[in-house]
Amino acid sequence: MEPKKIQAPLSDEDVMSLKAGDNVLINGVIYTARDAAHKKLVELMDKGESLPIDLAGQFIYYVGPTPAKPGQAIGSAGPTTSGRMDVYTPKMLDKGMKACIGKGLRSQAVKDALQQYKGLYLAAVGGAGALLSKRIKKCEVVAYPELGAEAIHRLEVEDFPATVINDAYGNDLYAEGAKEYAR
Amino acid sequence: MREIAASTISDHVAEMCEEANIYLGEEEFQALKDALETEESPTGREVLKQLIENVEIARNEQIPICQDTGFAVFFVEWGQELHLTGGTLEEAINAGVRRGYDEGYLRKSIVDDPLYDRKNTGDNTPAVIYTDIVPGDKVKIAFAPKGGGSENMSTVKMLKPSDGEDGLVDFVVNHVKAAGPNPCPPIVVGVGIGGTFDKVAVQAKKALFRPVGTPHADSRFAALEKKILNKINDLGVGPQGFGGRTFALAVHIETYPSHIASMAAAVNINCHACRHLERTL
Repeated sequence: MEPKKIQAPLSDEDVMSLKAGDNVLINGVIYTARDAAHKKLVELMDKGESLPIDLAGQFIYYVGPTPAKPGQAIGSAGPTTSGRMDVYTPKMLDKGMKACIGKGLRSQAVKDALQQYKGLYLAAVGGAGALLSKRIKKCEVVAYPELGAEAIHRLEVEDFPATVINDAYGNDLYAEGAKEYAR
Repeated sequence: MREIAASTISDHVAEMCEEANIYLGEEEFQALKDALETEESPTGREVLKQLIENVEIARNEQIPICQDTGFAVFFVEWGQELHLTGGTLEEAINAGVRRGYDEGYLRKSIVDDPLYDRKNTGDNTPAVIYTDIVPGDKVKIAFAPKGGGSENMSTVKMLKPSDGEDGLVDFVVNHVKAAGPNPCPPIVVGVGIGGTFDKVAVQAKKALFRPVGTPHADSRFAALEKKILNKINDLGVGPQGFGGRTFALAVHIETYPSHIASMAAAVNINCHACRHLERTL
């Protein structure tokens, strides 16, 4: 099946048009955040303070890239394990985040929140950091530079490949895909 | 007595850090290409194609295969007739790691205090170093950058001797099943059997240093590796957990003699980027 081209940021309609198992090519601007940045963002939310980025409609990519060599936009940049962000994800969705990209299993609370807030969880191919780096055309730090690889980066992506794992209808590719091929 | 300078060890270690993170070994690369031939799931094949392209891009453009350039793990076999000059082995290896990760634009992923401060050491040191003293006047240095995602999906269990082969197989397969997509399948599964609580984990790690698909020298354990591999692949988890036939590329077992009361078992998982290399000086 041909991958669907999608444009970031996403509307509710965009989210509802995608189902678990769909392959997509993401274009536009996405943001990075992993463990340390999530912790800081959620601390601000809990204190009722404003966030350094507006999450409305946005993609958050769980990645901590290698340092860019001279002439590169970014170093190797594949997804990290998403489960470590589970505790923060419902609050991120509540602030308007529409999609997150990582790899690996999510908690039931995250799957429920994706349905409640109309959001998507996608996986990029874990360990394909060199390939994925070629789809990132521009990278700049927009918050928490002191976190180094864990800082929040603004990425401009072209045809960034990902697969929908958990959709807003409660479907789960990890559960369904394995069922199809188990014997 | 033959002498070797600490700076020589550091130079080799620095090169090995860069090389292992950029060039996937031939056996490991071939295993991905073989998997593409046999994978039935279209999505699984698409993943494998991306992984093969990724290895080629990494080689051609000197980009790390994965952004997680790992904890630097070393197994050193030091010949007892070899004398190290100008520093300690630990300092020499860490100096090499420091330089390799800096000059190679590799990610620094180590924090000093594991519980409270978690402040990055900034140079990917310290390394994890296992040293064996062996006969001879040479040193063999084996290096693997070990990614955190797959390391997190690893475990140790003190099985009972009466659990036997079936108990061991169930332990490994159930553990790998629970790990599912998290350790970046297709995975390589290192299994340690025997020894103490600590020794068995080291054996499982050592198993990951074997070129992918090289069977155990003992035919009974080679058959057991194959049996566990088939059971793991029958789970249907497939590449990246999207469903398919290739959940694991290989199962490698390393054993050690056991206490009469114990049968320790450990599972150490590696992702598809099973990066390791060795040099003898």
